Amino acid sequence: MTFKYQSQAVAKPYFIAAIGLFVAQILFGLIMGLQYVWGDFLFPEIPFNVARMVHTNALIVWLLMGFMGAAYYLVPEESETELHMPWLATATFWIFLVAAGLTVAGYLMVPYATLAEITGNKLLPTMGREFLEQPTITKLGIVVVALAFLFNIGMTILKGRKTVVTLVLLMGLGGLAVFFLFSFFNPTNLVEDKFWWWWVVHLWVEGVWELILGAILAFVLIKVTGVDREIIEKWLYIIIAMTLITGIIGTGHHYYWIGTPEYWQWWGSIFSALEPIPFFMMTVFAFNMVNRRRRNHPNKAATLWALGTAVMAFLGAGIWGFLHTLAPVNYYTHGTQITAAHGHMAFYGAYVMINLTIISYAMPILRGREANSGKAQVLEMWAFWLMTVSMVFITLFLTGAGILQVYLQRFSDTPLPFLVVQDKIALFYWLRLIAGVAFLVGLLVYIWSFFIPGERKAAEMPAMEPQGSERGAVEAAAG
Amino acid sequence: MAQTFTKEMSRNIFYGGTAFFFLLFLALTFDTHMSMPDRDKRELLNPDTERGQLIAHGKQLWEENDCIGCHTLLGEGAYFAPELGNVYKRFGGSKEAIMGFIKGRPKNGIPGRRSMPQFNFTDEELAALAAFLQYASEINTSNWPPNIQG
Repeated sequence: MTFKYQSQAVAKPYFIAAIGLFVAQILFGLIMGLQYVWGDFLFPEIPFNVARMVHTNALIVWLLMGFMGAAYYLVPEESETELHMPWLATATFWIFLVAAGLTVAGYLMVPYATLAEITGNKLLPTMGREFLEQPTITKLGIVVVALAFLFNIGMTILKGRKTVVTLVLLMGLGGLAVFFLFSFFNPTNLVEDKFWWWWVVHLWVEGVWELILGAILAFVLIKVTGVDREIIEKWLYIIIAMTLITGIIGTGHHYYWIGTPEYWQWWGSIFSALEPIPFFMMTVFAFNMVNRRRRNHPNKAATLWALGTAVMAFLGAGIWGFLHTLAPVNYYTHGTQITAAHGHMAFYGAYVMINLTIISYAMPILRGREANSGKAQVLEMWAFWLMTVSMVFITLFLTGAGILQVYLQRFSDTPLPFLVVQDKIALFYWLRLIAGVAFLVGLLVYIWSFFIPGERKAAEMPAMEPQGSERGAVEAAAG
Repeated sequence: MAQTFTKEMSRNIFYGGTAFFFLLFLALTFDTHMSMPDRDKRELLNPDTERGQLIAHGKQLWEENDCIGCHTLLGEGAYFAPELGNVYKRFGGSKEAIMGFIKGRPKNGIPGRRSMPQFNFTDEELAALAAFLQYASEINTSNWPPNIQG
């Protein structure tokens, strides 16, 4: 066993369940991709909105599972002490998994209105808003799981060594829990509803989640590069400083056209135009640290994921976000395929990839080895490139669809109706679907890489495999 | 970064910057809520009026059937079906047209094409949805969407 604290092992089921939900997410994404070009596919059994709920909710839940797994793995190691209550972490895992499973089963097995009725939505109506479709009782379950999780992590940090990584992680996770509470506020006034809805959605993904992302990335970079913690922590602070300095007021880019005052067009445009800065710094940071590495960690795949996260988060969240964030541009692009293009690459680049980074780093260790065999790592890197390049193409095709949609429906002298435009841009949806299938292939390769024997057997070690012997030497040097 | 820029300095920028901009955000949030009544048509929502009750019921039906899972409303939602923030205007300011459209959706869809499901709403529910969509169209959205097609 190579992990230092027994209780880090509770992270393992979280990571496995996260990958399982990732597969569900992609399968339902493909169903939707098909429905875009074959309108009555699976109709009326799985209407588009149901597939979309599964697609987005599975994503959110698996990212949260990954964050929790990451915290349970890295907090004991950073704090240099066992987790406060390992059994609680295992119990909340099962509660979370069962709640997520029941919720998805509910989406698929009964009409949404029936689900609302049997879960008593009328008592405290919170359902039916984008990304917050979960029955109120599921939302309450999420709060309970989050509180138990924060208690466990918080107590561990309190009794052990306090590092910047755990502090930033805790602030991010605490913010996640606090801002989720706004999902329970659902006034009839549509403008108020939308205003506060963004306090969950924006302040999560363009706020506190970036703290979690930064902390996990910093942890992995400390481990794989061996660069002095002081330097990495300095970068972490300045990156998350820029994140919140730009991102909090940057919420204003959602307040242009929903009935809120027009000054938000200025606040939102200026501050959200600065939001790429922390992502750019993150890219510079990751490459700098890897270039200044003081050891060659045998887990090359984890390093690749870490660098990939920084680059793809900058492209997806930074560049594709900037593309349509200025109010005069957003006036035409708001709520089109441009938004979808940005959403896909930003979620993949920032949050999917940081989860796959920590899984790539921690899973081999949780399975009793410092790194996987060369063969398993090569396969994992193939998966990295297949998924990442596919996502670049998904984003480019959606951007193409979006530009045409904006022109035909909103900009030309003779604007066409929505569904007429959808027919005209169908070619791009076909191309996106093909890229989506390639993404699934990448995901299957990724899963396959876990089943390649991971142990580096003595027989594999001789000079025949230069990587292996180099690794052996490094490990010997590292003691 | 050289010694001149220390970890303590970057930590202070983080805490100071976050606190300052969060407070600024709270101030803007407060100001927004002071001026919202001029733009959000809240006078229509009075629960003592029949119309207010109808709109509230319409919003509840909007949510409990996950309409946002296909449509956008004021540009937010899914991009599979038309924008509905201005559908009342697009349908010629006719609630009857909206009700007729929802009521007339074929149960088994349209072969090969996207089609809205048949929700089997009662006439009262159809009226509530239409009232909600009419209210949405009256919110001052700074002239968005750019044209009637949404």
